Amino acid sequence: MSARRYHSQLRQRSAERRVETHPLTWRLREDGAVLGLEEYVEKDGYAAVREVLSHRSPDDVVTTMKEANVRGRGGAGFSAGMKWSLTMTGPNIPRGYLVCNADEMEPGTFKDRLLLEQQPHLLIEGMILGAYANHSRFGYIFLRGEYVEAARVLSRALEEAREAGWLGRHVAGSDFDFDIALHTGAGRYICGEETALINSLEGLRANPRAKPPFPGQSGAWGKPTVVNNVETLCNAPAVMRHGAEWYQALSGELSDDGGTKLYGVSGKVARAGLWELPIGTTGRELLERAGGMRDGRALKAWLPGGGSTGFLLPEHLDHPLDFDTIGELGSRLGTGLMTVVNEDQSVLSLVRNLEQFFARESCGWCTPCRDGLPWTVKLLQALERGEGEPGDLEMLDKLADDLGPGQTFCAHAPGAAMPLQSALKHFREEFERGVATPPRAASAAEPMPTGDSFTRS
Amino acid sequence: MNQTTRQIASDGLTLDDEERRAIEHARDHYEQPQAACIEALKIVQRRHGWVPDAAIPVIAETLGVGVADVEGVATFYSLIFRQPVGRHVILVCDSSSCFLNDFEALREALTARLGIGYGETTDDDRFTLLPVCCLGACDRGPALMIDDHTYGPVAPDDVADLLEGFS
Repeated sequence: MSARRYHSQLRQRSAERRVETHPLTWRLREDGAVLGLEEYVEKDGYAAVREVLSHRSPDDVVTTMKEANVRGRGGAGFSAGMKWSLTMTGPNIPRGYLVCNADEMEPGTFKDRLLLEQQPHLLIEGMILGAYANHSRFGYIFLRGEYVEAARVLSRALEEAREAGWLGRHVAGSDFDFDIALHTGAGRYICGEETALINSLEGLRANPRAKPPFPGQSGAWGKPTVVNNVETLCNAPAVMRHGAEWYQALSGELSDDGGTKLYGVSGKVARAGLWELPIGTTGRELLERAGGMRDGRALKAWLPGGGSTGFLLPEHLDHPLDFDTIGELGSRLGTGLMTVVNEDQSVLSLVRNLEQFFARESCGWCTPCRDGLPWTVKLLQALERGEGEPGDLEMLDKLADDLGPGQTFCAHAPGAAMPLQSALKHFREEFERGVATPPRAASAAEPMPTGDSFTRS
Repeated sequence: MNQTTRQIASDGLTLDDEERRAIEHARDHYEQPQAACIEALKIVQRRHGWVPDAAIPVIAETLGVGVADVEGVATFYSLIFRQPVGRHVILVCDSSSCFLNDFEALREALTARLGIGYGETTDDDRFTLLPVCCLGACDRGPALMIDDHTYGPVAPDDVADLLEGFS
């Protein structure tokens, strides 16, 4: 077998995807080709924009979004309608910006790529609705630089939408003016953090900003700014078209959260992939859809939604994958894409890999993150070599606490702490085995590792 | 450093009309010119493969912003290269899903084939090897990018054939 170009792919056949049940993917083509403007409009595309801009007030849109309980699909799970309701608007408030966070870099996450590459107009329509609701004068799609194919697709789609009057002056013949520019990034995971993203958009280093003020009060260039994830915005058209009640009902008895989720599975499974399913679907169903474990090996642990979520165990597979339930289990739903670990894998090594990622990607703005993460990596590497010292585990416990929520400007370090802390809890004996007995003789202190030493190791 | 890149570093750098227009066009998308800084760095990099020091004041002047502001940005972002790179840049995904699918073996195969580690360029200036954050291709890991395209899964045995296509 030779290496193939990567193309985003949904595992569900079109027969399974229906307008009534699959708001994000029912239009997608079986061949995975991009859905152009004509086909999108034929399949009820931009109908929500037409309806909303002619018949409904911005406040009405916000209320509907709130009632539908669309929770932020970028990982934080904050109600999108609530966020929209907090945007400052009024006669003396300048109109601000709507920013789509398309900086998908969370380890194990490949969902927004599908929407961006195959259905760009759904995102554009969602952004128009979001902009109308938030009185935004202009929109940006903040796209990670590596998503070259998505950039090509989006540029074309923005032109198409502009030519057809969906963007620009008098959107869809209304009094509302709105346009969107594509902003492509140049690397760095931290750009996905809401306020770091705004700094990056402004052409600055992507350090996070202190909150408050929240972006809805003062964001890009000091104007009210709304930042929403790709998948979140892609839910808006169906919510507006079919109503909050319908959207809520999609998840039925499974969850209090509304709608569907673009779930995925990767790691040691037979058939990794992506599926649109009601939010609240269980990990077990996802694992079954992924063909179960690869080579018949047993499941050891799983991350429910990316590298910054806590490890869960096989016994957690039957819980609904929604924000509150997974939170109660001590983890986070995150992006909702499972990473599956089998019995042959050292969790210690996997955590070392994750912490190397977070250490490298720290923007260096605050001390616990900048210094604590390389220290964590150093301790984990020593344990991996069997050269850990008594007290190392306790130090890791302390680091996980010190990196936790409330100690830093943004969620980067708490995100790094979560897999570490949960691994120390569930797989402590693996870490303990890394402590050398008898302890190593005292040696001269080694220098702190640098970015180079991670990548070259 | 080959002949051309050496020359840029010592002789300064100029933008051609098309590059200047592209930067000015990017600037029009934002409230303030500083915002076009990353795009401007990418425009320079498109022609030269990297961003020589000499480009920094030129970009600053074109945008009407401070040299230090441009430099600060140019040293922050991982896809802005501040040293010469090969004609093709290989970005190896080293995040969790690719880790579980043994990207290390892929990296070793690349290193064995090319004789370079991360951050290094082959003697013939053909390839530079770098690690990259999760490429969002986890369903087909281990994945890597060469220039504008993502490939996956890439087995160590695929490396020779895959690299063959790049001159």
